[in-house]
Amino acid sequence: MDEYTTLQVIWFILISVLWIGYFVLEGFDFGVGILMKLIGRNEPEKRAILHSIGPVWDGNEVWLLVAGGATFAAFPEWYATLFSGFYIALLVILVALIVRNVAFEFWGKGSTEAWRNRWEWGIAIGSLVPALLWGVAWANIIAGVPIDAEAEYTGTFFTLLNPYALLGGLATLSIFFAHGALFLELRTEGEIRERARSVAVRATIAAAAISAVFLAWTLAEQSPLDVGSAICAVLAVIGLLAAIFYARQSPGRAFGGTCAAIAFFFIALFIDLFPNTMVSSTSPDFDMTLNFSSSSDYTLTVMTVVAVLLVPVVLLYQGWTYWVFRRRLSAEDFGDVRTPLDLLDQRKKEVGDGPGPGPGTGRESSGP
Amino acid sequence: MTSLELARWQFGIVTLYHFIFVPLTIGLAFFTAWAQTKWYRTDQEKWLRATRFWGKLMLISFALGVATGIVQEFQFGMNWSDYSRFVGDIFGAPLAMEGLAAFFVESTFLGLWLFGWGRLSKKIHLTTIWLVSFSTALSAYFILAANSWMQHPVGYEMVDGKAELTSIWAVMTNSTALYAFAHTILAALLTGGMVIVAISAWHLLRSNETGVFGSSMKMVLPVLALSGVLTLVVGHFNGVLMTEQQPMKMAAADAVFETEDGVGLSLFATGDMKSNPEGVNRNIQVPNLLSFIMTGKPQSEVEGVNNLNEEYQQKYGPGEYAPIVAVAYWSWRVMLGCGFLLAIFGVIGWYLARKDRLEQSTRFLKVAVPTAFLPFVASAAGWIFAEMGRQPWVVFGLLKTEFGVSPNVSSTEVWISLIGLTLLYGVLAVIAGKVFFRVAGQGPKTEDQEDAEQPHLGMAY
Ligand code: HDD
Ligand code: HEM
Ligand code: HEM
Repeated sequence: MDEYTTLQVIWFILISVLWIGYFVLEGFDFGVGILMKLIGRNEPEKRAILHSIGPVWDGNEVWLLVAGGATFAAFPEWYATLFSGFYIALLVILVALIVRNVAFEFWGKGSTEAWRNRWEWGIAIGSLVPALLWGVAWANIIAGVPIDAEAEYTGTFFTLLNPYALLGGLATLSIFFAHGALFLELRTEGEIRERARSVAVRATIAAAAISAVFLAWTLAEQSPLDVGSAICAVLAVIGLLAAIFYARQSPGRAFGGTCAAIAFFFIALFIDLFPNTMVSSTSPDFDMTLNFSSSSDYTLTVMTVVAVLLVPVVLLYQGWTYWVFRRRLSAEDFGDVRTPLDLLDQRKKEVGDGPGPGPGTGRESSGP
Repeated sequence: MTSLELARWQFGIVTLYHFIFVPLTIGLAFFTAWAQTKWYRTDQEKWLRATRFWGKLMLISFALGVATGIVQEFQFGMNWSDYSRFVGDIFGAPLAMEGLAAFFVESTFLGLWLFGWGRLSKKIHLTTIWLVSFSTALSAYFILAANSWMQHPVGYEMVDGKAELTSIWAVMTNSTALYAFAHTILAALLTGGMVIVAISAWHLLRSNETGVFGSSMKMVLPVLALSGVLTLVVGHFNGVLMTEQQPMKMAAADAVFETEDGVGLSLFATGDMKSNPEGVNRNIQVPNLLSFIMTGKPQSEVEGVNNLNEEYQQKYGPGEYAPIVAVAYWSWRVMLGCGFLLAIFGVIGWYLARKDRLEQSTRFLKVAVPTAFLPFVASAAGWIFAEMGRQPWVVFGLLKTEFGVSPNVSSTEVWISLIGLTLLYGVLAVIAGKVFFRVAGQGPKTEDQEDAEQPHLGMAY
């Protein structure tokens, strides 16, 4: 029996793309979430920071949901083994994501300092925990975990907390942290931007160092060395070095560097994993191949048609969202002390910037 | 408790919780879009303020719907891995399509709507909220198609002990799915509509913002009345269809134990305290009505639990094939009871609105407030009935629930997640409830308040 068919390879690639899309996009949300408390000193600043990801974080998270759904549809065995096996780890991630989601929404819905402070912690921890645990999870998938002949995971939660995997977690955490700092530098103005810049300069260095060690370890475990994986690992590190280089002068390029770094980091891992979906540390005979894990040809064909039709459309409108919200934000946009004159000024600025005088206030529209 | 029982409790708890927000979001998104359309057309300020006010409540519901939806997406793999292996070929496809076709649109365009005030042109901004509304309904369709396959498997064949998809078209046009979709969307309109009517009534009783709330009520009441009546109609045909597809569920729903001609409709029955009591002790009935409802003929035959049990034992081997009869019986009655009350309420409201007597009818306004809980009760009862009435099957006729659970997940692990999620959801319920009622109680902002909060931002963070 072949190890895989063309359709299965297509779906392996598509699922990799979904995960990479998730990490590139939600990666900076995680970073910004962790940084909100560190960089934002007062309410208007925090508000500006939240607004930098406000319109997009939910759409970014859907990449994860679709990755999950697509895994269920295309490789049910993978979905079943992975999620029942990594049970507690996944539960912790889910709880963190829930807390983070509601914290975003509720932060501004109360007026006391204590209320907001509590949700800021929710955002910070809810961003930090998944940023760390996704790395731990993927490192384990690559390195292999105890799986028996029935494709059932036989380890415990603590099996997952081995040194290699923890280093993987630190790698993703540090990259996402740097990625988020660069994103803030790119999207804000004023003091927030200055602080984001100084964090970004240091964070990119840490991210490059930790990732280089982790990727080197990954390559060292391969026998024989997988050339494709090695090239991508090198490119990932180069991306991070470029980010260090540009972090001060050109945050746009630096951000491009971390985007590329995240993509190549995970491509290196996915190439390492191929042609398996899960690697058994119990016996190579129990490795789960694409063929073993996959749905029928018919289902894969149906899903391919759906993906070909929909994915480009999704990319178009998500890209458009970033375009609409491209204006840089600063604490001044969110200050408390406003006179009607400020507001008028502000509105003029907006009008010059946006596509036209929109439905900003009731006054504009109800006037004669 | 075994990990099977725990996993069942967990699924029931988190899914019913998710479904508190689902119909509310679908309903409120629709009415928000409608109010905004009215603003777009008439340029009247009250509609702008209504849009922003109902939109704000929709956002709170949406946030919780999304947060709890994440668990839904992953728990099949976590707690029901053997189920996932068995049905993945079929069940995963609608779930993935739901993400690609609906969740992406929903979340992206909600972000655009929320932060796009003042940034997008009026027309495009209006389009974004309609896209949100449309995609919440679309997501419901996909997930209901998945669930309906479990109620009534179609378009598959069995290969090596697993279900394999042979026709996606059959799965997507499953009769069960079409009924469930119509029924659920109507239920969502009832839920969102009833919440709007109740909050409006509360404010009208205090003569607060009569412009915004009077108009909102007049906008919603016709829809409420219509969807109330249509829920009864669609629900009835849904029941007739279920009698064909899962006669056991409907036999249990009406406590019919022996197959008979001319069966009455049971209003109140008691039985022994057993999962399947095999007979009733006391039963108050309307003669022949059940036969009549199900087939249109008062003398027709209705199959009973005991006869079906024997039939299934011959077909599927020894075992108990009846659900917990009392649960099916009472959840069915609770849903129907709520349904009739809501339909009556909606029709009265519509009448009052047409006569322009809403604001004077304090009795109606007072009743409206507690009535808003009924649709939530009905939806929970509906799911409990649909899901527990199908037991012992998780996929009807193909896979029993006990064989769907994850074999390698220990009961300790399920305990941890059950307790953890229940606690988290409990805390969220309290906080979200407080925020929801506070925002609802404050009413829409006036222009000056909006300005002080930076008009284009006030709504978001
Ligand atoms: C009849 C409708 C319906 C039903 C039966 C379910 N859902 Fe749901 N779901 C929705 C209707 C919906 C929605 C209206 O589209 C939500 C609710 C609030 C919201 O924001 O979107 C949603 C949100 C939502 C999300 C978050 C989406 C996002 O981030 O935008 C996920 C992952 C799921 N659901 C998954 C599920 C799964 C796996 C279910 C099956 C057990 C399920 N839902 C039952
Ligand atoms: C929002 C939609 C749904 C709701 C509200 C819902 C509700 C419920 C309820 C109330 C139970 C009963 C728990 C119990 O018996 O103790 C249940 C059980 C279950 N449902 Fe659903 N369900 C929904 C959709 C689904 C879907 C889409 C699936 C697909 C797999 C599913 C699979 C199950 C399973 C595996 C069980 C466990 C068996 C059991 O406990 O009876 N349900 N669900
Ligand atoms: C007299 C009126 C009603 C009738 C005859 C009726 C009938 C039904 C039937 C037969 C089912 C089971 C379908 C299955 O097992 O798959 C069902 C399920 C359900 N009902 Fe109702 N129903 C009524 C009112 C309501 C109301 C008022 C609501 C909520 C506002 C509601 C919400 C639900 C939900 C959420 C489900 C589960 C989803 C589904 O299977 O469609 N129902 N209903």
